[in-house]
Amino acid sequence: SPNEHKLNFKKSKEACLSYIQDALLQKQWKRAAEFLTCYVESLEKDYSREHIGPSEMIWRIGSEILWHHSQSNMKEFNCFMEQMKTLGVKRYLKVCLEHVFHLLCNGQIDEAYQNLSLAESWRFGEQTAIQDKEMKLIQAYRGLLDYCSWSKQKNILLENGEDGFSDLAVEQEMHGYFRKAAVNLKEIIKIPGVWDVFVKCYVDLLEFYGDHNEARQVLNEYAYNSKFPANPNAHVYLYQFLKRQGESKKSLISALKILHDIVPSHELMIDFNTMLQKSKKRKKRRLGLEVIFAALDYAGWKENAKAWSCLARQVKQIVISEKHLDWIKQEWNSRKDWWPAFHFSRYLAKRNWLENQSLSYEKALVAGILLGKDCKYFKYISHQGCKAQLKRFRMLKKFVNRHNPVCLRISG
Amino acid sequence: RDFNERCAQCSEVNWGLTDGGRFYCRSCHNVTERTREVVNTDFITNSRVQTISKGSRKQEQKDGGCEWYICEGFQLVLKTQVEALEALGVCPQMKDEILCNFWRCYLQKTEQAYCKRPAGETVKALSVCESSTDVDSDPERPSLLHLLSLSESEGDVQTDCSFASSVSKVSESTSVYSGSVDGSLYLVKSQKEKLRMTMPMTLSFCYMALLWVREPITLSELLRFVVEGHIPYLNVFQHFPEKMKLCGLDLKIFCVESWPVYEEVFNKMHELAAFLDLPRFPDITESCFLHPDMLCMKYLMEANLPDELHNWTCRVVKKIGIGEVDFLTLTPGNKSTRKVKYDVLAAAVIVVVLKLLFLLDDHYEWLLSEFAEERNKNNTEVCLFYSGGPYFEFKKWYEVVKHSLDVKQKKLDEERAKYLWRCEKPLFYSVKNKSKVLKRRQMVVNLQNQFGKLSGSVQRAEKPNPSSFQLSWSEENTDGSCFHRHSLKGILQEKCGLLTAMNPDYWLCTVKLCNEKLCGHLAHYREVEFPQSYHFVLGLFSFLLRIQPSYIHDEVCMIEHKLFNKKLSKKLKYNTVLRK
Repeated sequence: SPNEHKLNFKKSKEACLSYIQDALLQKQWKRAAEFLTCYVESLEKDYSREHIGPSEMIWRIGSEILWHHSQSNMKEFNCFMEQMKTLGVKRYLKVCLEHVFHLLCNGQIDEAYQNLSLAESWRFGEQTAIQDKEMKLIQAYRGLLDYCSWSKQKNILLENGEDGFSDLAVEQEMHGYFRKAAVNLKEIIKIPGVWDVFVKCYVDLLEFYGDHNEARQVLNEYAYNSKFPANPNAHVYLYQFLKRQGESKKSLISALKILHDIVPSHELMIDFNTMLQKSKKRKKRRLGLEVIFAALDYAGWKENAKAWSCLARQVKQIVISEKHLDWIKQEWNSRKDWWPAFHFSRYLAKRNWLENQSLSYEKALVAGILLGKDCKYFKYISHQGCKAQLKRFRMLKKFVNRHNPVCLRISG
Repeated sequence: RDFNERCAQCSEVNWGLTDGGRFYCRSCHNVTERTREVVNTDFITNSRVQTISKGSRKQEQKDGGCEWYICEGFQLVLKTQVEALEALGVCPQMKDEILCNFWRCYLQKTEQAYCKRPAGETVKALSVCESSTDVDSDPERPSLLHLLSLSESEGDVQTDCSFASSVSKVSESTSVYSGSVDGSLYLVKSQKEKLRMTMPMTLSFCYMALLWVREPITLSELLRFVVEGHIPYLNVFQHFPEKMKLCGLDLKIFCVESWPVYEEVFNKMHELAAFLDLPRFPDITESCFLHPDMLCMKYLMEANLPDELHNWTCRVVKKIGIGEVDFLTLTPGNKSTRKVKYDVLAAAVIVVVLKLLFLLDDHYEWLLSEFAEERNKNNTEVCLFYSGGPYFEFKKWYEVVKHSLDVKQKKLDEERAKYLWRCEKPLFYSVKNKSKVLKRRQMVVNLQNQFGKLSGSVQRAEKPNPSSFQLSWSEENTDGSCFHRHSLKGILQEKCGLLTAMNPDYWLCTVKLCNEKLCGHLAHYREVEFPQSYHFVLGLFSFLLRIQPSYIHDEVCMIEHKLFNKKLSKKLKYNTVLRK
């Protein structure tokens, strides 16, 4: 169209926004403020057809600038947020919530609590029902702050308790906070979502007051209810709880199983493997091997001596017994093309030897078993170790040499 | 007052004017049918066109407002614009004699005043005093919502959902839809017969008057002054007196939300000139500023090109006859002559000259530049002094100009992004809307203050003084960044006593011109299809004139086809390079 290049209000503001965006990305707060000053008059124009209107833009951009600008302070920030709350009733609770987050980041717990309470009492016709989710969040965060207060009181009580004094007032207060916190936290974790903080706090409360059944139920729901998004932490929390409760290895293992599926590189995989290795059931031991191999696929584990020692222990065990060599073969099959370069290069041998002898010991053992006594890693380490006249390295060399035929069967 | 006929009844010459605009004899009170026409040039623009209303005008309304008509509003707009032009140095006759005459003529032709039955009289505002059934039963009268949804290219204010919805709610209350008396009718009038006044058209009026008086302001300059704020356009209603209340549909007429486009103002001006049955405009001769020879000189200076190029532009102008009085002077209504865009034409001539001398095929001009550079290195200062300036090096010129241009363009882009469209005077569509609008305005002012303080030491720059030259190059600069005195001798040669270019070739922008009437353009410019140097040169003038490169490209094509007319008519193969 001939008028495409016509410069008008809309295009001018679009250009203004892109300058703001550039300035924000480069953390040029002064420049961003300069352009935002020119953008704000968009509020006087109706953008009801646009997906994101100017009032939302100004709220988000303004918050960023005021949060980071060197000449800005909390007073300015708060004043701005109050204005933003009046701009869009459909966004009221969201703005309140974000404001609370900022206050918390700034350490203003009391102000945050006040704002949450205020927001909780907000009513606005049908909007109240529409913004139900935000309302639940607000209540949940208030519950969280109640939990913090509870925690503080609890600590005071425990300290005083050591002295032999028990302060009834403090205790009452503590129970009061518990009740307030529990009610709200319980509500939010019913809704499918990622609520790590809330769950942890709620479980902490329940455990303190001895309601272990409820705690267990909550954690099970959180971990196993398919409506909830897959969340590795849910399983971690459950595992930790069960461990605290002194549950059987069987239930502990079952708690970690899904974690292995979701996050094979999780740090708890060491615990998992340790438990599985010791199991009497063949399947479990098999799984253990799978778990430890999978963990060591990840770069973050390369220098983890503990992990290597787990793997070393297990493969050594298998080689000695000469049973289930096919397990190792299966695991090694998909790794034999890349593990040598990934873990057992000559460069790594030198480095590992210099930096961490225990690590190189464990690794050398595994290398010797998987790749045979002629692999460069094993050769280098064992040579160095023997040169340094360290007993265990001599033992290592002997062991690998003795079992070499078995090893060849693996790598063959 | 100048009506000199004798009264039919008493043969006296003692005339007065009725409210209806008719002459009546003061002696015998005989009322004639003659209405006061455009007879004298002593019209005082200060007085409002009071003769429009038949009855006595209701001066005061509840809110201190008064009745006013849309054309009165536009008259005020024109007044402020022409006063601004006067402040810029335009001769005062333009206001008192030229523009007001044009305006009165327009009013008469569109039957808004100075005629037997002004259209304004029969206007009834679409107020809610009428019952809704009346409005609905009239099938020809469009519903108000339909009116609001009309988004014509001339109507700059976009239709807002809130506007429409607030108006529909208003039908229950007793608000009026427009502050003016005939605002609603104004939008309904069919555009076919008469030229309806719009904001961009006020600039057409100004330009028309400027052209008549042959002031040294081109249309591109006029539009640039508008954007820079030297001539009221955006938010011009701020200058309306308090009594003239603006609301509702008036906003759609007077509030602009986009800058006027050259083509639009230009075309409208010609339409207007024809509509008003104006005679041939005063001649544009060689001594006029608007003559291509003069404008080329100006643009050559501004583009930092050697003065010597002026000889060449004059030669081209002469050869293709675009310096002729008859070509340049506007004769309204003459459909056969091409309407002349003086500024674009001059720029295009320079582009053609550059192509003639430098070829601009992304290769030859750099070659020539290298030669010039060599020669400049070898010459001593004394040589240069005597031979009149160093050899012009295209490369150096390109670097210097590009740098300045980039800086200016960047600044312009930022200014455009920072432009403030709203003003202090708030606008409401309806009374119900008012408090919301005021609240919003207050919030905007608060936010501007808050973030303005955080903008650092950057203060909003004062409006720069209007200047005719956007780029200036001083010969005092010892860094050699001014090329006016540079010589073209490296690229010229003498043949048969005439200086010609060493460059033997030329490439046409297009072999065949489009039909302008069908597709609006003579050619279609796409950057990728042309050499970078050509694009750069177009871009330079595009910046100076604030128009799209394609418009200059069109003129270049036109000039080329005139210049190489004979060779083209021999029907050469497509894309052949011409030998001059």
